[in-house]
Amino acid sequence: MITLSHYLVLGALLFAISVVGIFLNRKNVIILLMAIELNLLAVNMNFVAFSHYLQDISGQVFVFFILTVAAAESAIGLAILVCLFRSLHTINVDDLGSLKG
Amino acid sequence: MTLESLNLLPALPEVFLLCAVSAILLLDLFISDRNRAYTYLLSLLTLAACAGITLGTASDRVEFAFNGLFVDDPLSDLLKVWVYIGVAGVMVYSHVYGRSRQLFRGEFFTLALFSTLGMMVMISANHLLTLYLGLELMSLSLYSMVALQRESPRSTEAAMKYFVLGALASGMLLYGMSMLYGATGTLAIPDMAQRIASGEVRGTILVFGLVFVVAGLGFKLGAVPFHMWVPDVYHGAPTAVTLLIGSAPKLATTGFIFRILAEALGSPSLVAEWQDMLVILSVLSMVVGNVAAIVQTNLKRMLAYSTISHMGFFLLGILPGSAEGYGAAVFYAIVYVLMTLASFGMILLLSREGFEAENIDDFRGLNRRSRWYAFLMLLVMFSLAGIPVLLGFWAKLAVLQVAFEAGYTGVVVAAVLLSVVGAFYYLRVVRVMYFDDPVDTAPIVNAGDQRALIAVNALALLVLGMAPGWLLAVCQQAVKASL
Repeated sequence: MITLSHYLVLGALLFAISVVGIFLNRKNVIILLMAIELNLLAVNMNFVAFSHYLQDISGQVFVFFILTVAAAESAIGLAILVCLFRSLHTINVDDLGSLKG
Repeated sequence: MTLESLNLLPALPEVFLLCAVSAILLLDLFISDRNRAYTYLLSLLTLAACAGITLGTASDRVEFAFNGLFVDDPLSDLLKVWVYIGVAGVMVYSHVYGRSRQLFRGEFFTLALFSTLGMMVMISANHLLTLYLGLELMSLSLYSMVALQRESPRSTEAAMKYFVLGALASGMLLYGMSMLYGATGTLAIPDMAQRIASGEVRGTILVFGLVFVVAGLGFKLGAVPFHMWVPDVYHGAPTAVTLLIGSAPKLATTGFIFRILAEALGSPSLVAEWQDMLVILSVLSMVVGNVAAIVQTNLKRMLAYSTISHMGFFLLGILPGSAEGYGAAVFYAIVYVLMTLASFGMILLLSREGFEAENIDDFRGLNRRSRWYAFLMLLVMFSLAGIPVLLGFWAKLAVLQVAFEAGYTGVVVAAVLLSVVGAFYYLRVVRVMYFDDPVDTAPIVNAGDQRALIAVNALALLVLGMAPGWLLAVCQQAVKASL
């Protein structure tokens, strides 16, 4: 029997993977964007699980809005990435170090 | 669901702004670069009309719209009016700066107005969904504005950092919200407060969610240890955009904190939980902000660290969890916005084509180049440092007072000592302006509206500082009527 806590643990794991992905990733900006996407999906998992458990529809409605915003967010993220590649000719995270102090 | 419960009237400023921005977006397509000033004027006119609507429909009542998704209360009116002032100030300060840097384009104005709309939705949100959508509308517009100078490697890098960390912050907030939803079974803020008060919630999940919400808010505010994006973004973004990021969104975040910490999670048992976290955020922000600002040579970076320390002070007002405390915090946020507008505004006014007055050295000998500008900058720096009679002092005093009365004596002592440290780097700017020889001797040329605005803005810090009581009273009253 799969219970609410199974879903919550899965959500927490996905969330942790995405946060680790953002902080430990030193290679590629695209992986950062993927981690951000995963982050939002972890939240969606939580919302749907709670929504089913509480028998309340509003959590699932929230998920639709998060998905829409996530699409807009990745569009902007990729647009910034294209600008970045044009001006720096790299998408390596380590090369984004000109602002320091 | 009836038409009465939809009740669009309280959301009239938002509805108007949305229609107006869409119209400006379309009109701008038919305006040539030479006539771009029309977009600028239309944007200012839109903000003025919004202010008219907000002030015209302001009342002491709390009204709900969109079936309780949206609330119009005295606090939201107050914050919105200051958001309009902030955004309009940004536009006036930056129009000459923008012209020589490919920023004076339709996108700048429409994105600024869309982020204003996001801020307004955040301020008036009465449901976690509206809170989130407002936040994202504001943030997404700001991310793209940072990257508006496409050819500049520095600003695209700043945009990327802002985007990644901002998205992470939203993710944390959302994760916290999902936990709050799971614990209380509702997303509406009043229902949530009611269920928490009646005790029919799962306590552990609630506190777990609270931690994530506070962490997300810390990111958005730029409080230590979630501050790493602030200096890079302030430094890398075009100064006009830095000014926008540094000013009005702080008011929206104030609204956000009020809605979620005071209204949804304001029951005494939970207040004790978030107070501990806010003490840490506040003290760390004041320490790191003030100490790191000392070693900066770039004025934008220095002001970024000063922002971090100011957010520490701002959180002192939230700490007590009382109406007086929130009133003091709102007052602090408004004063902070006025000071930020003037300080970054001065950088914009001293910049010219091909030259950014962003280093402290660029202010050397300003007194000999222009006594008036040096005097105005002196007022702004004194106010940021919290030197008496200027408005910044009263703001600091108000938050320190409420924190002291709530029994945070140690934190208050630390805050006072750290603001003395802070005075050092603000006064350093004053020293180089008055006692050093100018390096840059080019004449300072500005448009008339900018000269008028900087004078009004900086003198307001002095004049309002002479009689600070009424603004604080307005904030206190608005908070009391809204809680």
